[in-house]
Amino acid sequence: MADEQKSAPGAAPEGESGSPPAAKSAAPTAPKASVPPKTPPPSPPPPPKMASTPWEGDLPSQLKESFGAAIRECATYLGQNFVVVAPEAAIPVIEFLKLEADFDYLVDITAVDYPKREERFDLVYILYSFARNERIRVITRIREGFRPESATTVHLTANWLEREVYDMFGIEFANHPDLRRILMPEDWQGHPLRKDYSILKMDERWVRENLGIESAQ
Amino acid sequence: MAERTFLDSTELVLNMGPQHPSTHGVLRVILKLDGEKIIGTDCVIGYLHRGVEKIAEHRTYAMFAPYVDRMDYVAAVSNGLGYCLAVEKLLNIEAPPRAQVTRVILTELNRIASHLLWLGTHALDIGATTPLFYTMREREEILKIFENYCGARLTTHAFRIGGLQYELYEGFEEETLKFCDWVLPRIDEYEELLTTNRIWVDRLKGVGILNAEDCKAYGVTGPVLRAAGVEWDLRRMQPYSGYEQYDFRIPTGQNGDTYDRYLVRMEEMRQSVRIIRQAVERLEPGPIMAKVPKVIKPPAGEVYVSIEAPKGELGYFIVSDGSTQPYRVRVRPPSFVNLQALDKMCRGSLVADIVAIIGTIDIVLGEVDR
Repeated sequence: MADEQKSAPGAAPEGESGSPPAAKSAAPTAPKASVPPKTPPPSPPPPPKMASTPWEGDLPSQLKESFGAAIRECATYLGQNFVVVAPEAAIPVIEFLKLEADFDYLVDITAVDYPKREERFDLVYILYSFARNERIRVITRIREGFRPESATTVHLTANWLEREVYDMFGIEFANHPDLRRILMPEDWQGHPLRKDYSILKMDERWVRENLGIESAQ
Repeated sequence: MAERTFLDSTELVLNMGPQHPSTHGVLRVILKLDGEKIIGTDCVIGYLHRGVEKIAEHRTYAMFAPYVDRMDYVAAVSNGLGYCLAVEKLLNIEAPPRAQVTRVILTELNRIASHLLWLGTHALDIGATTPLFYTMREREEILKIFENYCGARLTTHAFRIGGLQYELYEGFEEETLKFCDWVLPRIDEYEELLTTNRIWVDRLKGVGILNAEDCKAYGVTGPVLRAAGVEWDLRRMQPYSGYEQYDFRIPTGQNGDTYDRYLVRMEEMRQSVRIIRQAVERLEPGPIMAKVPKVIKPPAGEVYVSIEAPKGELGYFIVSDGSTQPYRVRVRPPSFVNLQALDKMCRGSLVADIVAIIGTIDIVLGEVDR
C-alpha cells in the first residue's frame, strides 16, 4: 500500500512543477551546473511500507468464505481493521457487513488519489457497528473512469458523502439518485482534491463570469 | 410526491437563505411547499468552502493544526483535540497524563460554550430574545479562561501534537471551579425560562422527529441521536484522553423531537460541569508534552480517529506517506452528515418549523463546507 504513496510532496504536480522547466531553460546560459538537480528526486529512500499485520478472526474468515477471491486483504494497522476488496464486491461486502455483522452505521466515504498507480483511487468506506462497538474500513481500488456502484441502496447517508467524493475526485457513482456537485459551484471545472489539481489552480472562467474579477488569487 | 388537496393546489418553491438569520451562517435551503406544508427540501451548501482538506496536503502536520480550528469555530478546541489525537495515533504516542486532563477540562468547557451559543441562537430563532443575552454572558466567562490560557478566544489552537504548548496559568483551577459553581444555577435559570414555557413547548414538541432507525440510516450522531433514545457517546464507547476514568451520565430522550434534543443538550452541560470538576481534582504536576520528534514524520499508513464533538462524531482520516506532510486528510464533520437528515425531519411540517429544525441540528456552516 505504501509503495504507491511515493509521489507525495515533490511529485505533487502543480505550482512547483513549474520550476524544473525553468531550470532547464536556464541551463543553456549557465554551463553544466544545473544538470545535477535532475537526480535528487529519486534519491530519498523510499518511504517505509505501512506495517500492517494480517487480521484474523471470525469476521475476516466469514468474509473470505462468502466472497472468496474478491477479498484481497484483511489487515490491521495500529489496532484498526480494514478489508481491501475488489471494486465490484464493495457494495455486496458492505451490505453483507450490515445484514450479517451489524455494521449498520456508515460513518464516512472518502477517496485518496494516487495518480501514479494504475488503479488510481482508493475508495474508503468507514463502517461502525453499534452492537459490537467496532469499526472497520472497506477499501477498494479503482481505476480512472470506473463507475463504482452507489452505496445509497444500503445506507441512506451515502447520498451526500458520495456527492462530495464525486465533487472532489470526479468519481462517478452508478445508480446514485442525485449525483451533483455539493461543495463547489455546479458549473465548476475540475475536481480539486485530485493530486494533479494544484492548490493555486482555480476555474478562471468561473471566477471571471461569476465574481467579475480576473483572478481570485 | 405532492399530496393532492381538494383544491388541487400547485407547488410553491420558496428560497431560504443564504442570507437568512436563522440559517446560522450561509445555508441555503430551497423549500418546496404545498400551502404552508413542506413537501421537499434541497440544501445548497458550499458557500463557505475553503478547501481545508486540500490545504492540509501542502502543510506539515504541525502547520495544519490551526486550520482545523476554523472548521467548527464555536468548538475549536474539540476540532484541535481530534486532529492531535489522530496524528498522535499515527505516531503511536500518547500525551502525558497532565496534558490529557487539561485537554478534558478545556474540551468540556468548550462543549458548554458551544451548547450555550446553540441555546441562545436557537431560542432567538424561535422568538425568545432573553436567553441569548444570558448565554452570551456565561459563554464569555469560558472564553476568558481560553484567552488567559492561550491568548485566543475562538480559534484557540490550544493543543499541540503530543500534548500542550503552554503550562496552565496561575489560578486556572480556581477560576474553572468558580465557573462551574457559577454556571449550574444559570443552567437551571434557563430551564426555568424555557422548559415549561408554553410557547417554547408548543414550538418544539413533536417537531422534527427523527427516530433511532432513521438516525442510524442517515449516520446522524451527537445529541440528535441521543434524543432518539440511543445511549451512544464516543467518550463512553471508545474513550480517548482518559474519558474512561470520569463518572458522567449520557442523557437520552425518548421521542427524538426538537424538545428532547433541547433537554439532552441542557443535561449535557451539567454533565460537562461534572467532568470538569473531576478533572480539576486529577490535575497533578508533570510533563505536558510527550516525546515528539522535532520534525513530525509519521510512518506510512492510514488511521481514522474520531471524538465526540459537541455536534456529534468528528473524525479524521489521515493517510501518511512517511513524509512531513499528510498525503491526505479527510475530515468527517458531524454537521455535514447531520444536515443531510434535514429533509427527512421537516417533510410534512410547517414552514415556521424549519427554523426550529435547523436550529436543533446545531450546524456550523464552517464545518459543513470546510
